[in-house]
Amino acid sequence: MLFRVEKRMTTPPSLMVLVPVAAACAAMVFCALFLLLTDRSPVAVYGAMFEGALGSEYGFSETIVKAIPLVLCGLGISVAFRMQVWNIGAEGQFYMGAFAATWVALNFPSLPAVVMLPFMMAMGVLAGALWGVLAAWLRNRFSVSELISTLMMNYIAILWVSYLVYGPWRDPKGLNFPLTAPFPEAAILPSVGDSRVHAGLLLALVVALLLQFVFRKSRWGYEIRVIGSSPSAARYAGLDIQGNALLVMCVSGALCGLAGMVEVSGIVGKLQAGISPGYGYTAIIVAWLARLHPIAIVLVSFLFAIIQVGGFMVQTLGVPAAVATMIQGAILFFVIGADIVTQYRIYRVSGDGSEVND
Amino acid sequence: MTDGALVVSILAAAITAGTPILYAALGELVAERAGILNLGVEGMMLMGAVCGFMGAVATGDSWFGLAMAMLAGGLMALLHAFLTITLRANQVVSGLALTLFGTGLSGYLGKAYIGMPVPKPFAVEPLGLLANIPVLGPVLFKHNVLVYFGYVLVLLLWFFLYRTRQGLFLRALGENPAAADAMGIKVFSLRYLYVVLGGMLAGLGGAYLSLAYAPSWLENMTAGRGWIAVALVVFALWNPVRALAGSYLFGGIDALGFHLQMIGVPISVFFLNMLPYVFTILVLVIVLARQGGRLTSPGALGVPYNREER
Repeated sequence: MLFRVEKRMTTPPSLMVLVPVAAACAAMVFCALFLLLTDRSPVAVYGAMFEGALGSEYGFSETIVKAIPLVLCGLGISVAFRMQVWNIGAEGQFYMGAFAATWVALNFPSLPAVVMLPFMMAMGVLAGALWGVLAAWLRNRFSVSELISTLMMNYIAILWVSYLVYGPWRDPKGLNFPLTAPFPEAAILPSVGDSRVHAGLLLALVVALLLQFVFRKSRWGYEIRVIGSSPSAARYAGLDIQGNALLVMCVSGALCGLAGMVEVSGIVGKLQAGISPGYGYTAIIVAWLARLHPIAIVLVSFLFAIIQVGGFMVQTLGVPAAVATMIQGAILFFVIGADIVTQYRIYRVSGDGSEVND
Repeated sequence: MTDGALVVSILAAAITAGTPILYAALGELVAERAGILNLGVEGMMLMGAVCGFMGAVATGDSWFGLAMAMLAGGLMALLHAFLTITLRANQVVSGLALTLFGTGLSGYLGKAYIGMPVPKPFAVEPLGLLANIPVLGPVLFKHNVLVYFGYVLVLLLWFFLYRTRQGLFLRALGENPAAADAMGIKVFSLRYLYVVLGGMLAGLGGAYLSLAYAPSWLENMTAGRGWIAVALVVFALWNPVRALAGSYLFGGIDALGFHLQMIGVPISVFFLNMLPYVFTILVLVIVLARQGGRLTSPGALGVPYNREER
């Protein structure tokens, strides 16, 4: 019995959905092995995770709250990844966005909300965009791989925020904790009822729809996909690769910066060390699992937020919260491994090489 | 401390701090020479650090811990090899997945070990008479045994790459796998071998952190060293001897920050901690500018090899 592998011309839509779902389940089983290895019941842990994330009003609203930065960062990452520009600096761009928004809130405390919030947003977007463009410029001018530069810039941005909240921006009334003074009322995004779900959700959904339109209908959306799938063809067609690299990193960084602004303004209400538990990295998995489709990014973000909140909740059972990162990483693994099924057709052939139908 | 003693102390610290990066960079170098880009170095190092630590705590034997670390790094790399060589998955994304998974799994496994001491960490063992040479002695020969092994490994790897037939084959794997295949070199199995070997070295680098350098386990204790190692391979132009120089240079930057802090230079510790990351970008800019943007990277790096499509 022989197997033969052949590249598919088209992939049936059912497989595009089925394969990732099956792969995600396989990843859960894989992680269950590690849970067993450390003497924990996978059923109990997974059960508690879902219960914690979806079983109560509090858990559910937390899940939505955690999904918001994932959606915005995931969308940002998808813009760059579509052109195969590997922006893994979402985390740093998020921190820079949070930093710039905080700068506005702390320095212009008397602005009314209608001016304050757009101003914070603009500065957050600008800071994230600049942080992204810097990496694109290094890539264009010196061919420094954006993989490395964006990652190094993550560490720099995080240390920069730490410097501020431990140093010049520390709240003198904050009992020496590394955080800034609370924002004025006008700098807080409105929230839904008395839950922590805030206007950032609406913003994230609008951006997703907007990007869906840009990717599907606009010439630019088409251009960056062409450049991503075949740089040589794009060059031959006269597309501006360097200019587009700057532009995708600008948009990508801007959205991640917006995520940072939304988080400090909607949730934290001040700047503090460690404002992101790694949203920028988780969003990479989200974007890739969603195959860089904006609407899918919204859905996958929600699923990943369940894992994130679940991981947080099972800490009460003595399970480390890192269980969430472990599951998320494993899911990405299995999904990219399973992609062979969507990209290639595997069939059995009999001894003489003819196809076996069964 | 006199100025001379301070310089000696910084140089010695540069080597101590550069060694984990050296191991990781050599591992990545081997994998990239075989044509496989593995961005999972950070994850493999973390797994090496935590598994090495667990092994050492369980048996009281740091050498056993070291073996566990190499096993863990190798297994992680095996995943990457399977995905990228057999399934021909995107090497960038698979490597990222490896880093994310390794970060999560090491954090999960290591939770109970935070704050625990290592029973017998690798201690400094001066190398006999060599350690008594003025200046050179304390800089080069007053370290733990893993540092010395790093010196030897660089020489061995250099000799292997440039002076042996198998080394030539390794370079061929990354330059032109189709030609290598035609010559009868087993492209698939050799790529597996070198990727796994690279992972074992990354694991060793991680164990150096948790069993000799720190010596303790902390979540995310590699702090980007795996990524610095990836950048270093570019800086080294895929040459082990240059990788050695680069690693110690980075160790020096690390050590410099610490020493400046100790002698009370009024710069915030956060800015000093930024130095290695800023320096990584600067070094790449300088090297690439000198090369005119045209790197002598292995020709087939990052490209999956498919017999039917050659």
